[in-house]
Amino acid sequence: MRDNVPETTGLATYNFAYLDEQTKRMIRRAILKAIAIPGYQVPFASREMPMPYGWGTGGVQVTAAILGPDDVLKVIDQGADDTTNAVSIRAFFQKVAHVAVTTKTREATIIQTRHRIPEGKLTEGQTLVYQVPIPEPLRFLEPRETETRKMHALEEYGLMHVKLYEDIARNGHIATTYAYPVKVEGRYVMDPSPTPKFDNPKMHRSEALQLFGAGREKRIYAVPPFTDVVSLDFEDHPFEVQKFDKPCALCGAENVYLDEVVLDDKGGRMFVCSDTDHCEDRREHGHAGHMLANKEAAE
Amino acid sequence: MTPLLKVNDISKFYGSRVGCRNVSFELWPGEVLAIVGESGSGKTTLLSCISTRLMPTSGTVEYHMRDGQYRDLARMGEAERRFLMRTDWGFVHQNPADGLRMTVSAGANVGERLMAIGDRHYGKIRETAIDWLQRVEIDESRIDDQPRAFSGGMRQRLQIARNLVTSPRLVFMDEPTGGLDVSVQARLLDLVRSLVHDLGLSAIIVTHDLAVARLLSHRMMVMKDGVVIEQGLTDRVLDDPREPYTQLLVSSILQV
Ligand SMILES: Nc1ncnc2c1ncn2[C@@H]1O[C@H](COP(=O)(O)OP(=O)(O)OP(=O)(O)O)[C@@H](O)[C@H]1O
Ligand SMILES: [Mg+2]
Repeated sequence: MRDNVPETTGLATYNFAYLDEQTKRMIRRAILKAIAIPGYQVPFASREMPMPYGWGTGGVQVTAAILGPDDVLKVIDQGADDTTNAVSIRAFFQKVAHVAVTTKTREATIIQTRHRIPEGKLTEGQTLVYQVPIPEPLRFLEPRETETRKMHALEEYGLMHVKLYEDIARNGHIATTYAYPVKVEGRYVMDPSPTPKFDNPKMHRSEALQLFGAGREKRIYAVPPFTDVVSLDFEDHPFEVQKFDKPCALCGAENVYLDEVVLDDKGGRMFVCSDTDHCEDRREHGHAGHMLANKEAAE
Repeated sequence: MTPLLKVNDISKFYGSRVGCRNVSFELWPGEVLAIVGESGSGKTTLLSCISTRLMPTSGTVEYHMRDGQYRDLARMGEAERRFLMRTDWGFVHQNPADGLRMTVSAGANVGERLMAIGDRHYGKIRETAIDWLQRVEIDESRIDDQPRAFSGGMRQRLQIARNLVTSPRLVFMDEPTGGLDVSVQARLLDLVRSLVHDLGLSAIIVTHDLAVARLLSHRMMVMKDGVVIEQGLTDRVLDDPREPYTQLLVSSILQV
């Protein structure tokens, strides 16, 4: 985070990164507090943004508050840089902050994401900004805000295991695959929503700073670098990530999160990396999955 | 033996209206106390003050902790008090929906307290839940059903199981048979009586039904206008009421 000197050229209609400096300072204070208390949800005065709720207004405000002129921004939705949501947020910051953008995880200093943590290991100095729809992990069983706050304050987290218990009772195993609750630094239970649980282990002791912004619910929370992030589970039903039977059809990567792609109307389909940058990078380095290999053989 | 609970001169005012006034008593381990009186006499107010659900205007409640010390409940930190409430105490509400999670299964309702105190073995939690469902006469096959699908009597029995699973020493009940029809009431009372006896529980039961007091309690207190006007062993009070108001109450119901 650096102090932004408002630019005088070319940004006549907007302050740098859209938000006024006053608002950015308010958000930065919330972020600093969130970093000081890992996993704790800090209330902040969420502003109206020129995009509807549900389009990542929380993440956009966090990014706007930490963005400096020298930052390089990457925006992903699911794992891809080219969805409508990612494209429009990226275009927004290009317009209001003139920052450099990239699709390459390695080159980015700030990565705003809606669903995924990039497959490649994030490193010191990088910041991952999550767009969060529902920040409160206890909400689905306890609708009263006063009560959930008390539960966090007193570390009364039995209810989280009630949810997992219900999962097992109904499905025979913990069927929660997204927004899988974690305990941060042995203290606060946090919802990493809406990432797949596949990505939970990547949060643990990550070198990157992780910031979470929920616009509609007006909450910011954070996981500082090198912080313990442990997924909740039972002794006899330990936490497990999703496993995929096949490697990526395009780049052959294993142990990555795959999306299903329908190929034709005859039931043809393939599984490919959800992280498109990771997939492209591997292909550039000569890796090929069976679909590419087939294609090359046919040519 | 030492009292489990010492209630010293509790009063609660709602503005200028009296909720209850100058109530003192002691509750002994294994003892069941009934609080009776007509509607508006202050029974619920008193129960709420004792169980820390309401802050009394004056007076103290001391509880004999498992470590042998007496603690003034009002001076206890909130975290410790809430822990006490969900481990060493139970609270059975008149309306089961107030005491149950209606949208999670019966098994999870029973298991919640266990998970809250750190049980992390699904199989063992489920075994304990099955055991408790059986003890309150709910068929094991209903373990994954939500209480929404249960009858009033079953819900009340589930609420009791949910409270007793951590082996509390003290249980509060506010009109536990209130909304139930007569035959269902009788079965529930029977169950409560044997559980209290088998587990050696102490209990404070609020009721306006003298038959409930007769069946469950060792001792009773009669309230009128927020004040305890008579107290004593249940049989003595019911067979030989001393206060004219108590005599009226007893004579106004059919002999039980
Ligand atoms: N929240 C409140 N605010 C103001 N007055 C109250 C409140 N709760 C109870 N009271 C009053 O305090 C008195 C005692 O009420 P309480 O609910 O304790 O009686 P009760 O014996 O439990 O009656 P019931 O048998 O109808 O449940 C009544 O006069 C009642 O109107
Ligand atoms: Mg009442």
